[in-house]
Amino acid sequence: MILVFAGWVYLGGTSLAGFRSASAHASSGGDSDTCLACHGDRTLTTKRGSRTVSLFVDGKKFSGSVHGALGCTACHADLEGKDLPHSTPLAKVNCGSCHTVEGEQHARSLHGKAVARGDALAPRCVNCHGNHDIVPVKDSRSAVAPLKVPFVCGQCHREGTPVQTSRKIDQHDILENYSESIHGEGLLKKGLIVAANCASCHTAHLILPHTDPNSSIARRNIAATCTKCHAQIEQVHRKIIRGELWEKEANVLPACVDCHQPHKVRKEFYTQGMADADCLHCHSNEQLKARDGRAMFVRAGDVASSRHSRVACSQCHSEVNASRVRPCETITRKVDCTQCHTEIGQLYQRSTHGQLIAKNDPNGPTCKECHGTHHVLGKHDPESATFATNVPDLCGRCHREGQKAAMRYVGRQHEIISNYNESIHGKGLLKSGLTVTATCNNCHTAHSVLPASDPESTVNPKNVPATCGACHHGIQEQFVQSVHSVVVTKTDKALPVCSDCHSAHSISRTDQLGFKLDIMTKCGRCHEKIAETYFETYHGKVSRLGYANTAKCFDCHGSHDILRVADPRSHLSRANVVATCQKCHATATRRFAGYLTHATHHDPAKYPYLFWTFWGMTGLLVGTFVISGLHTLLWLPRAFQMRRELKAEEAREKTSNGDGASGSISHTEGK
Amino acid sequence: MGAPVEVRSHGRFNGTAEGSVGRKPPEREFVRFTRLQRVLHACMIVSFVSLAITGLSLKFSYTPWASTLSHLMGGFQTAGFIHRTAAMLMFGVFTTHLVDLYRLKKREYKSWRALLLGPNTMLPTPQDGKQFLATMKWFIGIGERPQYGRWTYWEKFDYFAVFWGVFVIGFTGLTLWFPVFFTRFMPGSFLNVATIIHSDEALLATGFIFTVHFFNTHLRPEKFPMDTTVFTGHVPLAELKRDKPLEYEALVASGQLEANLEEPQPPIVVKTIRTFAWIALTIGFCIVVWIIYAMVFAYR
Repeated sequence: MILVFAGWVYLGGTSLAGFRSASAHASSGGDSDTCLACHGDRTLTTKRGSRTVSLFVDGKKFSGSVHGALGCTACHADLEGKDLPHSTPLAKVNCGSCHTVEGEQHARSLHGKAVARGDALAPRCVNCHGNHDIVPVKDSRSAVAPLKVPFVCGQCHREGTPVQTSRKIDQHDILENYSESIHGEGLLKKGLIVAANCASCHTAHLILPHTDPNSSIARRNIAATCTKCHAQIEQVHRKIIRGELWEKEANVLPACVDCHQPHKVRKEFYTQGMADADCLHCHSNEQLKARDGRAMFVRAGDVASSRHSRVACSQCHSEVNASRVRPCETITRKVDCTQCHTEIGQLYQRSTHGQLIAKNDPNGPTCKECHGTHHVLGKHDPESATFATNVPDLCGRCHREGQKAAMRYVGRQHEIISNYNESIHGKGLLKSGLTVTATCNNCHTAHSVLPASDPESTVNPKNVPATCGACHHGIQEQFVQSVHSVVVTKTDKALPVCSDCHSAHSISRTDQLGFKLDIMTKCGRCHEKIAETYFETYHGKVSRLGYANTAKCFDCHGSHDILRVADPRSHLSRANVVATCQKCHATATRRFAGYLTHATHHDPAKYPYLFWTFWGMTGLLVGTFVISGLHTLLWLPRAFQMRRELKAEEAREKTSNGDGASGSISHTEGK
Repeated sequence: MGAPVEVRSHGRFNGTAEGSVGRKPPEREFVRFTRLQRVLHACMIVSFVSLAITGLSLKFSYTPWASTLSHLMGGFQTAGFIHRTAAMLMFGVFTTHLVDLYRLKKREYKSWRALLLGPNTMLPTPQDGKQFLATMKWFIGIGERPQYGRWTYWEKFDYFAVFWGVFVIGFTGLTLWFPVFFTRFMPGSFLNVATIIHSDEALLATGFIFTVHFFNTHLRPEKFPMDTTVFTGHVPLAELKRDKPLEYEALVASGQLEANLEEPQPPIVVKTIRTFAWIALTIGFCIVVWIIYAMVFAYR
């Protein structure tokens, strides 16, 4: 609008320049008072043919007009030097003698040509601008003030006027439509004089039919015309029309009016030929099949109840041509959701899914695999496949064990879906129905799904803390300051991230036995030696038995806020260690804290007392067992010998007992 | 050996003959252990086995066995409770024995000197040394079986092993039971030392009791399957004469043998005792197998 306004000002400027030169020229010319002596009379008339025409000139209005300082002969040049009163009639005033640019434009225009043809309906300057009472365009009294333009044009282009009925004009109900359009409403109802009026698009003087390549409304010029006001409109339309096309292939772009119909400009598109009803004319037939046998039936209700209920068929099924009987026969490409969902489309194209599609891999999912087609629903709709609680199943369609994505997957994660379902997130989502619980897309994103090995991936170790931190923000804050954070520890070794301890898909409750015990082997994966020595202590042994209520790694070291023991903020720093022990041993003292929680008796340098105690005890043990073992072994043959002798003796006694009663008494030792 | 034949004929191996003898009263047996001593031994078995199972389940926590046992007992805390209760029982047994010794001194020996330096002393004597050497000779076949007295040198060794064990394991156990108290005057790392001592000494004790002690006093081939003396308190005279000839002769000489004879325990008592003893033995053997498995096959 500003451009138009500036244009007006510019045009006004050139008029003014013309006026100045004219006034300089006319100062020596005729005096208007002389003329007004006759023409000031309201009753002065003349006959033109059968019509009586008033020759009255309102001197007051004239002197107040933009031409007031000029003499009459400045315009009625044929009076120059003539005797007054003059004989009638005077030649037609040629505004172009001063307003050369406008005059020339008008001559080239549709209107000017009609004038030249002698078309009685053709408008001249005076028809729009008036004659003796012309005021600057900026003056609201001007006949061509923005607010009045529709009426000026409407004089001829209203429905029912001779011009509209007898001339070939494609558009109908122009004024009515305009007045209801966003422009007309702005101008006429809201008084926005910067709103586009007729002249804004058609220009004031160089009005040409849209078939003329020089016309402001010629197809190739429309964008330029509209962008006079709608600067940077391509930014707004990037979602509709892919960005690079604006620069590279402007010729394939639709003209503004293809979507925003002239005179009816509203957010109501495609009402002619491409309306949904036109599509459904065929596609509501359940038997409709494509040549390759695909069902082409579209259930109207699917779209109507979908997220796209207000999106027309042809907005997705683009390339339709309204001028065809079957507008869809010009369609060559599949629906491209990225026409509107541009940013998402860019993410998708980078993702593993998008890259598969780019390679024409049949396994790659396109938009519709997840979102469906006509019945696409928002992710907040519980019916939607992309609703949080439905996401595991959705992803599971391909990523469940045995399905196509799981088959091609070569990483370490298995039983992803079933593990997830049993994880704290899965249970939270599916059993407790907490839709805020993390599901597949919360970690992997919906559209930027990338393998963990990709540095851009949200599940790349580098990014995992931030990914988990999206929900577990407080934990992330602690973690990034811990010894395990890349920010704190500079090392070329791999530092652990959330998933290294909590796993990726089988995350369990941290307050439950399984996790508490398992975490120690997780620590031990890197801290091999220190974990081993821990298991030599009472705490470690009890843990190993399968009990969690004893000190485990995280009870002393902390979990997400682990710091070097030397760090004063550490749970195990000199200042904090006693309090840490006191978490379990309420009466613990500093000396108590001297207990070696990672003691080993295998390190004579570090723990000489333990080393020598152990070997002393072992010596005692071995010595005792060797001596007593030898003693026993040597004894064995003698003991067997004694047993044999006793048995033999017993047998003898038995036989003697069998011989006679009380015979046993008379036995002697016999040795 | 010059022993009276009527006594000899009722050695343990003709026990079945008693039934055939019919109404004849059973031969009386020598009372080697008092009722209190027998009760203390039984209590010690209960205590010792409990301590061993609960303690070793912690020591060998890396074996699946240990975890199973611990859970069977109702968790490590319950196991710990049992361990400490059993330890109290052991301390009780130990204390009672000391009190009993004191009373024995008062009743029979009048002075510690008489008790500790008399012929029936538990303290090692030069004679034990001689007997040990003689036994070695007998073992390798260059001598006769020595004439043992009331307490053989290996019995004395067993006895003092318990003394030593109760002190060493008992004290370190107490430091681990009350770590906060003990670290008031000991460094925290003493608990680590105590753990090693407690654990290894306990391994020694269990290993020794369930193999050497079992063999020496219960399972020797000539006594197989079991010597129940410590449970019944009774030794058949023939056995006393054979095993402890010196004691027997001393008893005969002093004329006190008759005063120390008692009727055999009723069959039901013997049966109960055997059942109990078998259970203890079985548990002991299982523990030995477990220790060997844990030390040899599962040791990390």
